[in-house]
Amino acid sequence: MKIELTPQQEKYRSEFKAFVDESIAPYADQWDREEQTPSHVIQQLAQRGYLGAVLPQICGGSGMDAIAFGLVNEELARGCSSLRSLLTVHSMVAYALSKWGSSLQKEVWLPKLASGEAIAAFALSEPNVGSDAKAIETTATISGNAYLLNGQKKWITYGQIANVFLLFAQCEGKPSAFLVENTRPGLFIKPISGMLGVRASMLAELHLEDCKIPQENLVCRQGLGLSHVASSALDYGRYSVAWGCVGIAQACLQACLHYTSQRQQFGQPLKDHPLIQQMITEMIVNVKASRLLCYQAGYLKENRDPKSIMETSIAKYFASTTATQAANHAVQIHGGNGCSSDYSVQRYFRDAKIMEIIEGSTQIQQMTIAQSGYSESGARV
Amino acid sequence: MKDAKDRIKTFLSQFFGNHELQEDDDIFAAGFVNSMFAMQLILFIEKEFQVTIENEDLDLDNFRTINAIAHLLERKTTVIAAT
Ligand SMILES: Cc1cc2nc3c(=O)[nH]c(=O)nc-3n(C[C@H](O)[C@H](O)[C@H](O)COP(=O)(O)OP(=O)(O)OC[C@H]3O[C@@H](n4cnc5c(N)ncnc54)[C@H](O)[C@@H]3O)c2cc1C
Repeated sequence: MKIELTPQQEKYRSEFKAFVDESIAPYADQWDREEQTPSHVIQQLAQRGYLGAVLPQICGGSGMDAIAFGLVNEELARGCSSLRSLLTVHSMVAYALSKWGSSLQKEVWLPKLASGEAIAAFALSEPNVGSDAKAIETTATISGNAYLLNGQKKWITYGQIANVFLLFAQCEGKPSAFLVENTRPGLFIKPISGMLGVRASMLAELHLEDCKIPQENLVCRQGLGLSHVASSALDYGRYSVAWGCVGIAQACLQACLHYTSQRQQFGQPLKDHPLIQQMITEMIVNVKASRLLCYQAGYLKENRDPKSIMETSIAKYFASTTATQAANHAVQIHGGNGCSSDYSVQRYFRDAKIMEIIEGSTQIQQMTIAQSGYSESGARV
Repeated sequence: MKDAKDRIKTFLSQFFGNHELQEDDDIFAAGFVNSMFAMQLILFIEKEFQVTIENEDLDLDNFRTINAIAHLLERKTTVIAAT
């Protein structure tokens, strides 16, 4: 057993860190206030090859291994969770297409997604449907050699700027996945503003009114949209978010280590008060534990081990609850300053809460993890 | 082939608790599987038998029973051997 980054992964980590420190972290509060991600920042991600991280070099991707992909998620989220969520949804679609897309879909889309020429988003949730994805109400009906899509999607991360959506609908009563370009007539994109967290992630609602797409835009097979396409995407999504949560918690810890060394109360720095040390300790330990769970999930993912699925779920559950706890401590430790827009910890606090809702909420993870624990022990729930 | 079936059975049994899975039991009809099962099964088959499950293999009937999975593997490995 050896838990150590390879020289290549170390190199990646320094590169990600330097980029985030210089080009992301100093501006993230402003993007959060403006509820926008500037396009030049997305171009920078593209130029650096991060948008093609999960795609092989043969189709123009950077072919990062699972650990390197994790590290870029951690570092981006340390600076800006919105930007990390762009990497999440874009990579989810890229990965699902590389696994389940037709040859034509791969040929057309993978090079564009790898280079960032096209941005992809993931459209599953609806006004009436979240955790129980099987219940989606959007329909796809066959009309000649096309599908007509009708329904509504909600909370679609970077839906305002995406060029293509991986969208899920019931086709003849069976959940199915489709590619929908943003230029299709009958697709109306409505920006969502005023969210609690990840406010720069340019969410949108999608309204589909007899939106016509060609038959070749069906991804995989009818009926396998959730079990295969969405599941593959969401597994990558959970992995990316789990690492992103490590990044948020790490940012909270760094902010607190700095603040408690400067701020004095009762004649001594905050860091010398035992109750502050208790919070710092919890943060240090839980950040490390979360990161180790992410390494473990990444290692299994790299080896294409079936255990990677549950270990990713466990990592996401632990890291997201760690991020909310760390952000809670961070605001507490910063006192009044922690509640002010002059300090980033209030943004971490708002962003962390979102992490317990997306990619399978905390409760959904608890149900899944418990169920798998019972199965492993030979019992069933 | 017997060996392959045993390996498939061992993998599947972790999802089926104390139920003794037979080689022609319909694993989907038994209702034991959750939303992550399909992916775990595919990863298992790909890693354990060094094959790639592709779009055209995704007929659910190919995965319905231990026997069906074994037949799919037989077909896929024959194709690999012939190329
Ligand atoms: C910022 C943001 C970005 C998002 N981006 C995307 C995106 O890009 N694409 C997309 O498709 N969706 C996206 N979503 C939607 C997200 O996936 C859903 O919000 C999530 O799946 C939860 O669904 P819901 O909000 O409908 O909550 P519900 O499913 O209605 O759940 C409400 C509450 O009940 C709990 N709950 C549900 N079922 C149970 C149960 N059986 N037992 C116990 N508790 C339960 C949940 O944990 C939750 O706390 C985004 C959401 C947010 C907030």
